[in-house]
Amino acid sequence: MSATSHDTRGSRRTAAGTPAGAPGTKPSLRARLGGRQPIGMLFVSPYVVYLAAIFLYPLGFAVWMSFHSYFFAAPGVEVARPFVGLANYEEVLTDPAVWRSFLNIAVFLVINVPLTVVGSLVLATALNKKLPFRSFFRTAYYIPYVTASVAVVGVWMFLFNSGGLVNRVLGSLAPDPSWLVNSHLAMPVVAVFVAWKQLGFFVVLYLSALQNVPNELYESAAMDGAGRLRTFWSITVPAVRPATLLVLILATITGANLFTEPYLLTNGGGPDGATTSPVLLMYQRGLQQGHPDQAAAIGVILVVLITAISLIYRRLVERD
Amino acid sequence: MKKALLAMLPVAALTLTACGGSSDSGASNSARGPITIWYSNNAQEVSWGKNMVAAWNAAHPKEKVTAQEIPAGKSSEEVIGAAITAGNAPCLVLNTAPAAVPGFQKQGGLVPLNDFPDGEKYLKARVGSKLSQYASPDGKIYQMPWKSNPVMIFYNKDLFKKAGLDPNDPKLSNYQDFLATSKKLVDSHAAKAAIWPAPSSEFFQSWFDYYPLFAAQTGKQLVENGKSTFDTPEGLKAAQFWKTMYADHLAPNETYNGDSFADGKAAMAIVGPWAVSVYGDKVNWGAVPVPTADGSAGKGTFSDEKSIGMYTACKNRGTAWDVMKFATSKEQDGKLLDETGQMPMRDDLTAAYPAYFASHKQYTEFAKQAAHTVEAPNVPNSVEIWQTFRDAYSKAVIFGKGDLATTMKDTAAKIDKLANGQ
Repeated sequence: MSATSHDTRGSRRTAAGTPAGAPGTKPSLRARLGGRQPIGMLFVSPYVVYLAAIFLYPLGFAVWMSFHSYFFAAPGVEVARPFVGLANYEEVLTDPAVWRSFLNIAVFLVINVPLTVVGSLVLATALNKKLPFRSFFRTAYYIPYVTASVAVVGVWMFLFNSGGLVNRVLGSLAPDPSWLVNSHLAMPVVAVFVAWKQLGFFVVLYLSALQNVPNELYESAAMDGAGRLRTFWSITVPAVRPATLLVLILATITGANLFTEPYLLTNGGGPDGATTSPVLLMYQRGLQQGHPDQAAAIGVILVVLITAISLIYRRLVERD
Repeated sequence: MKKALLAMLPVAALTLTACGGSSDSGASNSARGPITIWYSNNAQEVSWGKNMVAAWNAAHPKEKVTAQEIPAGKSSEEVIGAAITAGNAPCLVLNTAPAAVPGFQKQGGLVPLNDFPDGEKYLKARVGSKLSQYASPDGKIYQMPWKSNPVMIFYNKDLFKKAGLDPNDPKLSNYQDFLATSKKLVDSHAAKAAIWPAPSSEFFQSWFDYYPLFAAQTGKQLVENGKSTFDTPEGLKAAQFWKTMYADHLAPNETYNGDSFADGKAAMAIVGPWAVSVYGDKVNWGAVPVPTADGSAGKGTFSDEKSIGMYTACKNRGTAWDVMKFATSKEQDGKLLDETGQMPMRDDLTAAYPAYFASHKQYTEFAKQAAHTVEAPNVPNSVEIWQTFRDAYSKAVIFGKGDLATTMKDTAAKIDKLANGQ
């Protein structure tokens, strides 16, 4: 450890102490594979194995499945699983229900992600100040995140059904049909529900980012006469940009994996498919209807889209 | 990115499961030894199951049965499907849904019962003519029809009285009367809803709203001889009836968070004989058959039946077959009837247990209905067919969108393809 620990700020060196980029020298194969600390490979290997077993293998298998005619069979049962090319993709992409589910999730993300980012940043900024009962508020915002969706969904059903509290407050302004059975309002309600439920987690992310913003910046801004809004916009927002990227990506990924809420809150993707999500369709096709190959095709499309959106976020947020 | 992979989890979980387990290894139908069985988590069935297993084990110490409730999951069918894939399904599951049988059969998970030397003879002797509804397209029988819950209309006599209706002679036999009665119940504020079937999108929900009325009207299964049967004037009448119920707010299109009938929010419910013990003294109830368009006697009702399946992971299939026969013997069927009120799938049920029906009058009408139950069709893509139907029904009937006849016609065309394995 001591032999190389002081190299971290200098040029990279091989295990033998030779500068890696020195002219006329070539790092050994061992050095190239193991890096400066070969033993580090040993330390990270459990996680690498976990990652490979839990994520990489199933992902690879799902991609393979999506190009084959595949269904789950009992061990020892011989079944043909021929390569079918893009047939599964053609099947799902010509299915209006699949397109509807992707459109639904787009609506969800357009509402949920900005709400999550703005809501969590504003709340985190407020909770970062010296407020009375600050610990209480921090805990209160986190409670929905750690509460089981099944329990919380029940409360929201009581709030948003036709005779629920929200409609009673709204009186004659209450929508008809009511929120959860209204094709135009059901998905926005789901999006708000998820934003509210996840907010606590993202507030914690922003709070940790805010701890790293030097206080001097705020003091300088105050001396320059910047108001609260100006300080927030010109100092806080740029300072937590890496956290914002993380929140954007995580909120998008979580949202794109929407399942529990349409399954429970709107009774299986209702009304009339208005809240059906791609993952709910995957569940129906793959587990209930015995078409895991089609479910895998939907999953692969979803992963590609999420990856693309995440890359766009990164490009936009880190452009400076 | 790591989280992005969560999108693949449903697929991944089963992928991993698929890699485990042991092979079928050609277990013999005469092999004997210990076996494992699963039964439902219904308290009364658990009680019956424990007694049945104890009786078997006392008489067969070398062929011990180990029983447990079906492991928890979103549904029994998903748990069983995963167990088949993993190769660790039990020998018998006493809660196999007929609609799931085509899928389990496709997986290679079920043992055909007519492969046992006395299999077909036993099944025919016990079940009688209704057995044909449980045969698979390949001509084999992969399930022992076990017990049914023929559905009827339960109504709350107190709420009927409150609405000014005669609780002892409810006008519910034809669609027109049923609608008029429903309107009176809601308009009088006796109940928030006349009837409140779950308006949700799960594939099986049509079994408890449309299908009983369709069965009563036609006596047919949803698909017969590879062709859908609901895109007919009779099928449309039943759909139009429900469309009117929803459009006139006699049946809400929102889910009730609880039991609307028990809570007095709905004046009627579509239920099987299990409801007798559940509602018991809590509701002052009466029961009538599901309505037909013109009030003529119904040609059938939905069975809500559960079968016993034997699974290919079973090594000691000789014992499993014997246990299956023991569990469906006249004696055990009588005990099941006594403990649960559910109807054993036996020919001439009332004649088989005269003493029970003499002392349990409220079950007699259910037993009569049990004589002409209509089952979910045993065809390829069964679950997908029901989901396709439910999606269309949800759109055109529950939410009243589009033209009903056109929607049903288009749906019938899709279902015809699915029923033929396309």
